[in-house]
Amino acid sequence: MYFPISDCTVNPVYLIGLGFIIGILGGFFGVGGSFIAVPALFAMGVPMNFAVGTDLLHIVGKSMVAARKHRTFGNIDLRLAAVMVPGTILGSEAGVQAIEALKKVAKVDLVVGLVTIVVLLATSIFVFAESWQALKLRGSRKPVSQQTAQEKDKRAFKFISRWTHSFKWSPTLSLPHSGVKSISVWAILLVSFVSGIFSGFLGGGAGYIRMPALVYLLGVPTHIAIGTDLFEIIVSAGYGSFRHAMNGNVDILIALIMQTGAAVGAQIGTVLTQYFNGPRIRIAFAPLPLIGAGLIIYRLLTEHAAHLTR
Amino acid sequence: MKPPFHWKIFLGELALYTVLVLTYFLAVLHYLLGWLKGLYDHDRTSFAIVALLLMIGQAAVLEVLSSFLFGLIRGKRK
Repeated sequence: MYFPISDCTVNPVYLIGLGFIIGILGGFFGVGGSFIAVPALFAMGVPMNFAVGTDLLHIVGKSMVAARKHRTFGNIDLRLAAVMVPGTILGSEAGVQAIEALKKVAKVDLVVGLVTIVVLLATSIFVFAESWQALKLRGSRKPVSQQTAQEKDKRAFKFISRWTHSFKWSPTLSLPHSGVKSISVWAILLVSFVSGIFSGFLGGGAGYIRMPALVYLLGVPTHIAIGTDLFEIIVSAGYGSFRHAMNGNVDILIALIMQTGAAVGAQIGTVLTQYFNGPRIRIAFAPLPLIGAGLIIYRLLTEHAAHLTR
Repeated sequence: MKPPFHWKIFLGELALYTVLVLTYFLAVLHYLLGWLKGLYDHDRTSFAIVALLLMIGQAAVLEVLSSFLFGLIRGKRK
């Protein structure tokens, strides 16, 4: 099928299939799935600038479906999500501006890329080690129906979130839905701002940074972290796709077709979270940042090769 | 208590989405394609707004329809 906006020909069945797979990942892990979608679209023949912008737009629709479904399961902390929104938007803009500014400085791309790879590798190793330990922990003796969200979600390294909660820089607020008695608004804004920077720098929703940050730094139970992260992805991807559309990098028809598959996948992924406990979801999540790291390595190598051929 | 997993619900949803995809091919591609391309070429701000609205609208419709289908199938099972 020919898509006149991006001037390319792509089989729509592939688009629906790709959307379906990314939808499952998004609903289950709370990620945008750009690390798969962008290279896959590019491989199908969609120009890279359109692949990035179109993927962001389809993420908006997919995350809306998944987030609404997560809300019916009580997996979104609306108070936390609302506080995170300004940090996410400012972070996304800062990430985009920073990358534009850094492009003018030689070798800075390499440094930023390497730092990001280290962060992603560390995230992956940490999540795997923690969830491996958490799987060995004994759960609460209370009946499941009487357990709070915090008691249901076993975590091995709780000292990190306790340390974050110990900062009482005002204003502070409680997050009863997540079982957090008191936390500084600045801690929430910092987490959303930093994950927003990753979103602006790498493109996509940066769920593979935000989701673990919500769990380990803010002490949010895994299922609620996934739902709340999806809510933030709607904001960051919505903002990003609007900017890309203004620059002419969005093929709305490709995004709409992808989203028809993604909507089904997102619902399946969301429902599947009900059959796995927090540590099992997290241990399955652990390899995802490695894919992000692999993509940055690929980008750095191809840019280096292109530089050599000039 | 974990909710039971109903494959029939998902198969029903897949059938619904197949119909929706065909509807999109017919409606969006045949009726909106020219208009969207014109908007893309001449008014990027409007294009960006329309693109976001279309995506949000499609997501909302798919979500509502699938929830309706869930309810319908669950009702029949009861």
